[in-house]
Amino acid sequence: MKYTGNVLKYGDNVDTDVIIPARYLNTSDHAELAQHCMEDIDPDFTERVHQGDFIAAGLNFGCGSSREHAPIAIKASGISLVIAKSFARIFYRNAINIGLAIVECPEAVDDIKEGDRLEADMDHGIIKNLTTGKTYKTAPFPEFVRKIIMNGGLIQSIANGAIK
Amino acid sequence: MGMTMTQKILAAHSGQKSVTAGQLILADLDLVLGNDITSPVAIKEFAKLNKNKVFNKEKITMIMDHFAPNKDIKAAEQCKLCRDFCGAKDITNFYDVGEMGIEHAFVPEKGLVTAGDCVIGADSHTCTYGALGAFSTGVGSTDMACGMAIGKAWFKVPSAIKINLTGKLRKYVSGKDVILNIIGEIGVDGALYRSIEFTGDGLASLNMSDRLCMANMAIEAGAKNGIFEVDDVTLDYLKEHDAAKPKIFKADDDAEYERILSIDLSEIEPTVAFPHLPENALTFEDIGDIPIDQVVIGSCTNGRLEDLMAAAEIMEGRQVAKNVRVIVIPATQRIYLEAMEMGLLRTFIECGAIVSTPTCGPCLGGHTGVLAEGERAISTTNRNFVGRMGHPKSEIYLASPATAAASAVRGRITSPWEVMKNEVHR
Repeated sequence: MKYTGNVLKYGDNVDTDVIIPARYLNTSDHAELAQHCMEDIDPDFTERVHQGDFIAAGLNFGCGSSREHAPIAIKASGISLVIAKSFARIFYRNAINIGLAIVECPEAVDDIKEGDRLEADMDHGIIKNLTTGKTYKTAPFPEFVRKIIMNGGLIQSIANGAIK
Repeated sequence: MGMTMTQKILAAHSGQKSVTAGQLILADLDLVLGNDITSPVAIKEFAKLNKNKVFNKEKITMIMDHFAPNKDIKAAEQCKLCRDFCGAKDITNFYDVGEMGIEHAFVPEKGLVTAGDCVIGADSHTCTYGALGAFSTGVGSTDMACGMAIGKAWFKVPSAIKINLTGKLRKYVSGKDVILNIIGEIGVDGALYRSIEFTGDGLASLNMSDRLCMANMAIEAGAKNGIFEVDDVTLDYLKEHDAAKPKIFKADDDAEYERILSIDLSEIEPTVAFPHLPENALTFEDIGDIPIDQVVIGSCTNGRLEDLMAAAEIMEGRQVAKNVRVIVIPATQRIYLEAMEMGLLRTFIECGAIVSTPTCGPCLGGHTGVLAEGERAISTTNRNFVGRMGHPKSEIYLASPATAAASAVRGRITSPWEVMKNEVHR
């Protein structure tokens, strides 16, 4: 799992109401949700984001509502990896369950600036900032979580019998 | 090492003698919940599992409350998808307009959860049922789909924060003021990944509406769950609502807590959380002159009968201030009927408020009270994030039903103590 892209950077407590406002929750269509991703915090997000880009954010990313539409909108908009200082717990498990790569790395978030180009090697937990040349090490996923991701998400894990 | 209430419930539901914080477990579920926003995603995921049946047709509930009564065609399609799925799978606890209420007021009222249960819901405020002594937590739609299929969910066993309550609340102060104070103290991520366990001598003075409100907002401090020690108030409530036989789990004396907070309930004052985070809690000595455009009294946090009674006591014989819109939403049909029989609805209507059928509507900016640019609301709901109730440049102030009612009649954010100063016994 290797990703390369540019960074879109945000602060602390980015909540699921700004990631995907409730007025768009009358649909679960991935592409439609992606069109409104981050709309209330960053109206130009959908124009600025490119396939493979990264979100870097502060503490408690994804707090608030349990709407799975939030990680779905982020994934469908082309974001490959979200790096945050910490994640709200429902967002964290939703991201794992749908297969959106996320990682906690406070040191990286402190240094990374908007627009920096990053390379992330998630098999080895290494994030490299290609703009500054700095490298960061992150903690690997716990084994149980890795099993879910390796099997392509929770649904697939149950469908193929990895979790009973 | 001893276990917390939450850890004991999780151990009992994963077939283990004991569990420790950080351990990953697969737990058996007593109830799987969804609403008209989250269930459609879960139903689509469920279809990928190629399972003809759900794990137990009586242990799943879907409640059409968010964009219902249907606010537009897409919302109608989402409810229809849920209705058809529940019909096809013969799911017993499907609740539609006419029967439904706001899920987290409705589920306890209907007796669907009892003490000691392990519950997941595809709605973040599922933590409400911790007030009944259950482990109950919000998850996403994929977890809901898998829960419907196999009756299990994966959890990381949480560490805990203990909140020791003493004393008794003063008049016109409620559980909402207590929980806003707690979130103000520990912050919106102060309990991240942890459980909050409420205990202490002060518990006995808190009614079930106060407790449900406090457990409901545990998520606003980032908590995995909030849970109350079971006492006579809990047992009476469960019995009155025909819930299953309670299983009582008490924390061990040597249970480990990362942090212990002590709160003297008699010191809590009417409290308001300022935009745009629930942690921005202030009391009235620090609140200036803030005119308002709208008041919402309702939601899964504060739409229960005691909440409506508190608001009506203040609105009785008074008038809503000019240019203020007041929306009162009894959380369930039963509460609606009881409020009607008690004359509360007449009080609201004569005061100048509207009374709506049960719905989550305005709380998440869905319908029935969406805010325009620059507008300001005081609301008994649970979140004041940017754009939560409508335009990204609108503002939400969170407060108790008493404070919302006092503000409704004054037209600016006002303490119930101020409006009732001639009647208050402090």
